[in-house]
Amino acid sequence: MTHGHRSGNRTVEVPGLARVEGEGALRVEIRDGAVTEVTLDIFEPPRFFEALLEGRRFDEAPDITARICGICPVAYQMSACRAMEDACAVTVSAPVAALRRLLYCGEWIQSHALHVYLLHAPDFLGCQDAVELAGIDRAAVERGLELKRTGNQLMQAVGGRAVHPVNVRVGGFYRAPDTAALRALAEPLRRARDAALRTVEWVAGFEFPDVEGDYRFVALTHPDHYPVDDGQVALPGGDAVSAAQFADIAVEEHVERSTALHARLEGRHPYLTGPLARYAHNSARLPELARQAAAAAGLGEVCRNPFQSIVVRAVELVFACDEALRLVEAYERFDPAADVVDAREGVGTGATEAPRGLLVHRYGIGADGVIRSARIMPPTSQNQLTIEEDLRRVVETGLDLSDEDLTWRCEQAVRNHDPCISCAAHFLDLTVVRS
Amino acid sequence: MPGPDGRPTLAVWKFASCDGCQLSLLDCEDELLTLAGTVQIASFTEMSRATVAGPYDVSLVEGSITTPDDARRIQDVRAASTFLVTIGACATAGGIQGLRNFASVEDYTATVYARPEYISTLETSTPISAHVAVDYELHGCPVDRGQLLEVVLAHLAGRRPVIAGHSVCQECKARATVCVLVAKGTPCLGPVTRAGCGALCPSVDRGCFGCFGPADTANTASLAGRMSAGGLAPVDVSRLFRTFNAGAPAFRQESLAHDPRPSQR
Repeated sequence: MTHGHRSGNRTVEVPGLARVEGEGALRVEIRDGAVTEVTLDIFEPPRFFEALLEGRRFDEAPDITARICGICPVAYQMSACRAMEDACAVTVSAPVAALRRLLYCGEWIQSHALHVYLLHAPDFLGCQDAVELAGIDRAAVERGLELKRTGNQLMQAVGGRAVHPVNVRVGGFYRAPDTAALRALAEPLRRARDAALRTVEWVAGFEFPDVEGDYRFVALTHPDHYPVDDGQVALPGGDAVSAAQFADIAVEEHVERSTALHARLEGRHPYLTGPLARYAHNSARLPELARQAAAAAGLGEVCRNPFQSIVVRAVELVFACDEALRLVEAYERFDPAADVVDAREGVGTGATEAPRGLLVHRYGIGADGVIRSARIMPPTSQNQLTIEEDLRRVVETGLDLSDEDLTWRCEQAVRNHDPCISCAAHFLDLTVVRS
Repeated sequence: MPGPDGRPTLAVWKFASCDGCQLSLLDCEDELLTLAGTVQIASFTEMSRATVAGPYDVSLVEGSITTPDDARRIQDVRAASTFLVTIGACATAGGIQGLRNFASVEDYTATVYARPEYISTLETSTPISAHVAVDYELHGCPVDRGQLLEVVLAHLAGRRPVIAGHSVCQECKARATVCVLVAKGTPCLGPVTRAGCGALCPSVDRGCFGCFGPADTANTASLAGRMSAGGLAPVDVSRLFRTFNAGAPAFRQESLAHDPRPSQR
């Protein structure tokens, strides 16, 4: 199409959104130049995790829920562990907490490098994928793969393997890695941190559509550090509540055409979790190096342009590499590798920051250690309504674009939030209707 | 069928799964760009917007069949593929979502979804081989990326992949890990589980939990007897066999043999 985009009625459809984890579809309908309908459909086959967990032992939850998502298994393991420990009134020791944070940094590095370089950057550079991108800038793609490899190395060293680590258990780890094995990661992490700083400079030079969202940000927050796996849940107004209180006020509804549940705060307000939200609530607590990189990239204390989430993700790469470096340098092997967690009857909630956003688990367990109830709120189902709002804005400001360009812009708008559709238990197809 | 430039074509397909096995392909950081030069990655939605129409020389299929639509889609994938490889526990055994096969899917739907009428799903989660002919099955939850590359490269070279069918025990011996079952009495599925992970769990003082599914000659009854004699309750023996590869026949039968509740099917 070369003319008349704005006045026409049209439909844009993407039946199979690419470069996201999982499967979904997108449909946008435009009538008389106005956007009438935007829907993000998630068709990922339901896998019924909450149901299949009932009747399993409480200490099986970390390994079973890891299988919800191959991109962020550590997030699932950590939220599950925290929820079970909460139910059993156990707070893990400082060495366990530090080693968990280190493992989680590995997942952030791996997942953010994957998203920034292989899934998201090609959009800004007009490439179909990272292979095409490598054709025009091989050094950039190799830098991304190097970062990703370092994240995976860290996950292997602490967790045993990169996808579905085996070393995590309720209470801690099966075996704490040897001191020398982790200290040996300091050098690769220093190189990765340099690569992360170059990543921030690289993505800061991309062209960003001039769009801002009026987001209600929800993220963990902690007085002492940038949040990964601890802290309270900061709400849009700035108040912070416990994970348990948050689970009470975040209400999920089941809508037709989606196997993901949609979450709203107090049953009304869509909200956003993920890098933009973490950054908005916690930018002041980034380490100096990451703060300087953010400032040099032109980020203020809050970033509301969803396309610039790639810059925030790059800043978080700097943070994660820096934090991991600090942790490996301070690491000393400890034994026992786990604190004892005896099952007791109760309900426990755990909230941690998956690379793509807040992940909340809540379990009810019996005195026999058997799971009686399970509730899992993955980041993508929490973000889905906000992603639809973003799409509406992107379409409204992009009516002059051809169908082809508008479709791409819409896909990009979805990828801004790194949705893990498998996580949402749940496929993406984009349809833009201009009728 | 080779692509327009003469390179063989590779496609990656997803059914019910966690994406971890296809991620293993992207996790081949050292080989990814070389591989993308050797083969044409013709359809791989997790990685690229661009797709090339089939047929495809090699199809990697991740995930299990759990919906009526997917039961139809796998037929199309098979028809478009010369060499079809299933990757991972979901595609080869039905995956963790196969636990529904031991329960009622109506109960499962009602537990998770407020409006069960919106959900279209099959009673069971079944491996790809239950629906179409499969040319090679690669096991693991997740698959090992080295084995994944081996299967693709062996096929391109016109040879059989070199992938062991023996048990995890041999991997423990090879890396000189003390046996956790014998030395500590830790329940361990290593004697009956296919090698491939490198015996990761025993190396961190943990019993194997069966990610790679049953080895070629798995005497599950003998192992279960040993664990029962060691004091493991029947329900826990059943749970041990009933995880990611619960649909693999050897593990399924052993889990049913110790299930204190009568199975519904």
